[in-house]
Amino acid sequence: MSDISVENLNVWFGDHEERVDAVKGASFDVPSGSSFGLVGESGSGKSTILRAIMGLVPTWSGGLKIGDLTLGHKRPKTFYKDVQMVFQDPYASLHPRHSVDQVLGETLFLHGFKDVDRRILQLLDDVGLGREFRFRYPHQLSGGQRQRVAIARALAPEPSVILLDEPTSALDVSVQAEVLNLLSDLRDEHKLTYLMVSHNLAVVAHMCDATAVMQNGEIVEVLSVEDMRAMNPSHPYTRNLLEGSFGYKPTAEQSA
Amino acid sequence: MTNLIDVENLTVTFPTRQGEFEAVRQISFTLGQERLGIVGESGSGKSMTGRAILRLIRAPGRVTADKLHYKGRDLLKMSEREMQGVRGQEISMVMQDPKFSLNPVMTIADQIMEIYRFHTGASRKQAWAKAIEMLEAVSIRDPERVMRAYPHEMSGGMGQRIMIAMMLVTEPKILIADEPTSALDVSVQTQVLSIIDRLVRERGMGLIFISHDLNLVASFCDRVLIMYAGRIVEVCDADKLHEAKHPYTRGLLGSLPRLDAPQQRLEVLKRDPAWREAASVSGAS
Repeated sequence: MSDISVENLNVWFGDHEERVDAVKGASFDVPSGSSFGLVGESGSGKSTILRAIMGLVPTWSGGLKIGDLTLGHKRPKTFYKDVQMVFQDPYASLHPRHSVDQVLGETLFLHGFKDVDRRILQLLDDVGLGREFRFRYPHQLSGGQRQRVAIARALAPEPSVILLDEPTSALDVSVQAEVLNLLSDLRDEHKLTYLMVSHNLAVVAHMCDATAVMQNGEIVEVLSVEDMRAMNPSHPYTRNLLEGSFGYKPTAEQSA
Repeated sequence: MTNLIDVENLTVTFPTRQGEFEAVRQISFTLGQERLGIVGESGSGKSMTGRAILRLIRAPGRVTADKLHYKGRDLLKMSEREMQGVRGQEISMVMQDPKFSLNPVMTIADQIMEIYRFHTGASRKQAWAKAIEMLEAVSIRDPERVMRAYPHEMSGGMGQRIMIAMMLVTEPKILIADEPTSALDVSVQTQVLSIIDRLVRERGMGLIFISHDLNLVASFCDRVLIMYAGRIVEVCDADKLHEAKHPYTRGLLGSLPRLDAPQQRLEVLKRDPAWREAASVSGAS
């Protein structure tokens, strides 16, 4: 089982006067096999939560659990097999001088798989890239294809949890649709649990069952997808975000 | 009504090792005192169109057109010197990311005043007053403090508003906004747009609003050009964008996830090679 439980999570950077509390007392649970969204403005701490779970920030306190495993500051090797992350910018997260084959092969080798060759082909199939992409370099791929490679790399160790940090915000809407469809298919096929950060509420509503809304490092509200679609938030900040996602509306004061 | 900008058969070409690449292919449109949106995916040529109007395409890139007129004057025949009088003074451009378009080693005051004094020859004192007035117009609180600050001390939304203030200080007739809000958060985006909206209406300017966000353009502009592979495939009134006919526009709209209409799977755009070949639609009003 691979549910995610975050309890009273605090993350900070710097010390003493320089200390910035990036995440303050965040708590939420993600049931196994479901998807949970984190939304908020830049600087609200949503990506920091993902990085804390992944072990990329050393300064945190509180309770983090993935399934039965309580996470400390040092993580067992099985953790990295079980939890993987996809980053925002596929132009930055792939090594420019590693071919797709090297990227996937290295991950598989590090996780101790023996049948690397067969698995690379399987992974390319899974993310809908043809076999001809195997020996290409990132600069020979489009943004959507690169993000597919990043997703394939995340799938390589057969994880049960994938953390998605704005996986489609660098992509065009038509490519975004392809990548979101791919993520939904993979979730069903591999019984994955997603924790997804996005600033686009429509994307989160499409993918997730529930969403935490963050402001200034705090979760102001956890909202179900039904409430979100019904435009039924309890916090004024969430209402603000929801209304903003419908495009531009002149305020009463301006149209007068 | 006379057109502010009149473009006929505009083409932007870049030489590559595989031969000539046409980023914009024979497009025609006009701009009056209106808010004209240009939408399309990355690589569709929308930014290049904006840059071509200001002649900001560097060699080896080439701009050709049967007509590229600003208020009846031929922009292509102007000397570089004449062009400098147009750029910034008559036609201004706001770029996507304030982080890359503000000079990091100049204070905000120096940057705004430089443009104003360059185009009007005003004194420092006049320029200072004018800059303060512009910062107030874009809803910046405490403009005196902001004037003395450097760009890195500003947030993204503040930076973008400063860019807009700087571009409007010379009171241009046309503003070209290239994705002015895509680096900003939703709440700040609304603020910046309402400022642009107000200034355009109060000053009777023409606005070219370049964006990849269909919903935003539909709700913000008067008229929309949809570009694909360097051509205009469709022109429609912004409020009728959701009734667009071209399969490409329909495909883009269909691929957007929607808050008010849940769907199991998103529509995936199927590209038809014929779109690429079809002649450009005229965007003249």
